[in-house]
Amino acid sequence: MKPMKKREKQSNAFLVAASATVLGLLAGAILMASIGSNPFTGFWYLFRGGLMNIERIGNTLATATTLMLVGLSVAFAYKTGLFNIGASGQMLIGGLCATLVAHKVFLPRPLFLVVLIGAALLGGALWGIIPGFLKAKFNVHEVVASIMMNWIAYWSIYYFIPAYLKGPSLETESASIAVSQSMRSPWLTKLFNGSYMNLAFFVAIAAVLIIKFILDKTTLGFGLKAVGSNRFCAEYAGIKVNRNVIISMMIAGGLAGLAGLSFYTGYSRNMQIGVMPAQGFDGIAVSLLGGNTPLGVLISSLFFGILQSGKGFMNAMTSVPPEIADTIIAVIIYFTATSVLFKRFWDAVLKRQMNKAKRKAEMPETAQKKEDQ
Amino acid sequence: MSHVIEMLNIRKEFPGIVANDDITLQVEQGEIHAILGENGAGKSTLMSILFGLYHADKGKILVRGKEVHIHSPNDANDLGIGMVHQHFQLVHNFTVTENIILGKEGKFFLDRKGASKKIKALSEKYGLNIDPDMVIEDITVGMQQRVEILKMLYRDAEILIFDEPTAVLTPQEIEDLMQIMRNLVAEGKSVILITHKLNEIKAVADRCTIIRRGLLIGVVDVKSTSVSKMASMMVGRPVNFKVDKKPAQVGRVILDLHDLRVMNNKKVLGVKDFSLSVKAGEIVGIAGVDGNGQTELIEAITGLRPIEGGTIALDGNDITNADVRKRNEIGLGHIPEDRQKRGLVMAASLYDNVAIKEYYHSPFSKKGLLDAQYLHEYAQQVIDQFDVRSGEGIFSLAGKLSGGNQQKLIVGREVVSDPELLIAVQPTRGLDVGAIEYIHSQLVAHRDKGHAVLLVSFELDEIFNLSDRIAVMNSGELIDVLKTSETNEQEVGLMMAGVKRKEGAQ
Repeated sequence: MKPMKKREKQSNAFLVAASATVLGLLAGAILMASIGSNPFTGFWYLFRGGLMNIERIGNTLATATTLMLVGLSVAFAYKTGLFNIGASGQMLIGGLCATLVAHKVFLPRPLFLVVLIGAALLGGALWGIIPGFLKAKFNVHEVVASIMMNWIAYWSIYYFIPAYLKGPSLETESASIAVSQSMRSPWLTKLFNGSYMNLAFFVAIAAVLIIKFILDKTTLGFGLKAVGSNRFCAEYAGIKVNRNVIISMMIAGGLAGLAGLSFYTGYSRNMQIGVMPAQGFDGIAVSLLGGNTPLGVLISSLFFGILQSGKGFMNAMTSVPPEIADTIIAVIIYFTATSVLFKRFWDAVLKRQMNKAKRKAEMPETAQKKEDQ
Repeated sequence: MSHVIEMLNIRKEFPGIVANDDITLQVEQGEIHAILGENGAGKSTLMSILFGLYHADKGKILVRGKEVHIHSPNDANDLGIGMVHQHFQLVHNFTVTENIILGKEGKFFLDRKGASKKIKALSEKYGLNIDPDMVIEDITVGMQQRVEILKMLYRDAEILIFDEPTAVLTPQEIEDLMQIMRNLVAEGKSVILITHKLNEIKAVADRCTIIRRGLLIGVVDVKSTSVSKMASMMVGRPVNFKVDKKPAQVGRVILDLHDLRVMNNKKVLGVKDFSLSVKAGEIVGIAGVDGNGQTELIEAITGLRPIEGGTIALDGNDITNADVRKRNEIGLGHIPEDRQKRGLVMAASLYDNVAIKEYYHSPFSKKGLLDAQYLHEYAQQVIDQFDVRSGEGIFSLAGKLSGGNQQKLIVGREVVSDPELLIAVQPTRGLDVGAIEYIHSQLVAHRDKGHAVLLVSFELDEIFNLSDRIAVMNSGELIDVLKTSETNEQEVGLMMAGVKRKEGAQ
């Protein structure tokens, strides 16, 4: 009985996400048609752009890696009842720490990778722990504090990059990291035909599994979820609410820091000043579509990865502007946010089917009874 | 006899359950008609049909002898049917007048003064005692309920439905409400009272329709029917009102409060120099009207609220500055006042809820890893032992349980962990007779195991039924501690109002 019930619930969450996605794509199709393009060719090139050859698949995965880690960060904070809108800043600081290590630290490759990943993790965690602390100690809303942290990170980068990591020609970006000092790996680059695919993808997959494990199987996850679902009950049960808020923001920040690692030392190999990474906000959408669960985030980040990396190709091959892809994402988010409606719809459909099946099962019996009488 | 409302042979089916099966309800002009039934018996469904929220599968509704079809609450209002909901539907930063005229503002220009005058007149006519210019958030819960009543009267309702109206009221406010109902009937209105509290029906109703599991059990004349007869009709078996218990076998002191001082939310002392001890093997009941410092006192003992002064000792350990978990570990169980806010995580499964206080230690978890198997087995044991009924067993979400089952789950969690001191605050609030009987027996059983029980209740019946000693609280002060066998409800009632026992009166 138990596995049945579980499967039912999961498929329900999946149905909601799938409905939102289909409606989002439909809205995209209508938009394409309304500007006089053929939606079928539009989508054909959009998805081909993300998936048509091994190199593009590599790029899609590399794009998805960053989204996956940010999505995971947002989803994790959400489980503790926190809204981490500071992923952009945490990405920047995580990326900055990783970039510093990449330029200044020289170690054997395996050890170097550990230090590189650790630096990004710590940088992001530091940027997450501050809003967490302010929330726990002074009840400053984490949204306000983390938006502030975003801008502190933004302007710190503005100062740091030209001052310490300046490139040879441009004032506005850091010097390129040597491939051997980055998350790129020759065998992966070769395997994916020279794409941006890098080792951070495996870091992200590992992060998904670890976070899922923490949430489902550990006492730490139990406490975090209790605080997130009902902090009054958690307090009553003796769970330290404030400490859990800080831990949650620290871990969420660390995950976003890893996203910075994947983007600045993997996908690209330098940092530009004056850019607030949009992935920090796209990750909110990834988390939302993924139902704020680790596995959901994994799937939805891959889907968003396809849209993001395919939109350029669509634009090049058709007259459809790349903004259509962003519009589709926006519409999907809109429908996910109103997912209650889908939930009701699918609940009603499933119930009706169940009733029908039940009635069918009962019908012959009652008919027989009548005959008996 | 003129029936103002007749609901004939009503049937309403929900997937998997027949909520109303061939129920007939006939309400006479000018009577208070009670509908009695346990939680989930189908009372609310029946009223929702009358109010246009659901549509009956079978049966018909007659209002003043004419068959009507009610499709929405607006239709019901047009027929003169008004409902006072259990959860008030008021805008908190609006005045009484603004709330009442909401939806009936009239033409473009708002005639606040005219409306205010009409409301004042209505208030005086029915003895509601409401100032139309007060803001909702500044008035008491009892007054808010009277605003709901005024709202119905303002809309010229002739038939007023009260859905569990006393669940949120203090004893005094309940008295006032009863008087208001009598006033309404005296003015020719008809009242339908939905409740599962027998005393209230006995006090105020003329006739009573009893429903059990969607079936009509009977219609009785309240005056000539005893409370226990009605109770057994409602539950389907004889009900034991008196709790059977042996004399207390009192042991060592478990809880020792000394000169406790606690601030309330308004930053004034809500508990003043409160000293009390509770011993093993006894139930001490704290009697008092709601809002006299009980909440602050309990929160201080359980570690949810900081204290200003004094000491708290639990089983010989000073816990004045201990955190909640430390207190739980020493042996504190707590059935909280607000089960939905404090007691349970609504969005979590029953097995998570059962483990929420103990998940962090063995055998619930080892080295930070939860033992799912043990959690499931433990939860199964609790829900079997305490007869917690749910759709999907231990995998159900706590929010899907009925109020009675939620409370049984909390009581089960607290009792099974076998604490030295069990604090029960309003443990049977809003529950039906069967569940109350069960929870009372569990509290007594806990006492008989040689543990201490501290009970807070606003219902004197409950205090007298369970307690071995009664501590009376008024404005944050301990008025006196009495042996239950040596006092009576009248004396305690006076003390609750702040009147101290005279010297030498014993």
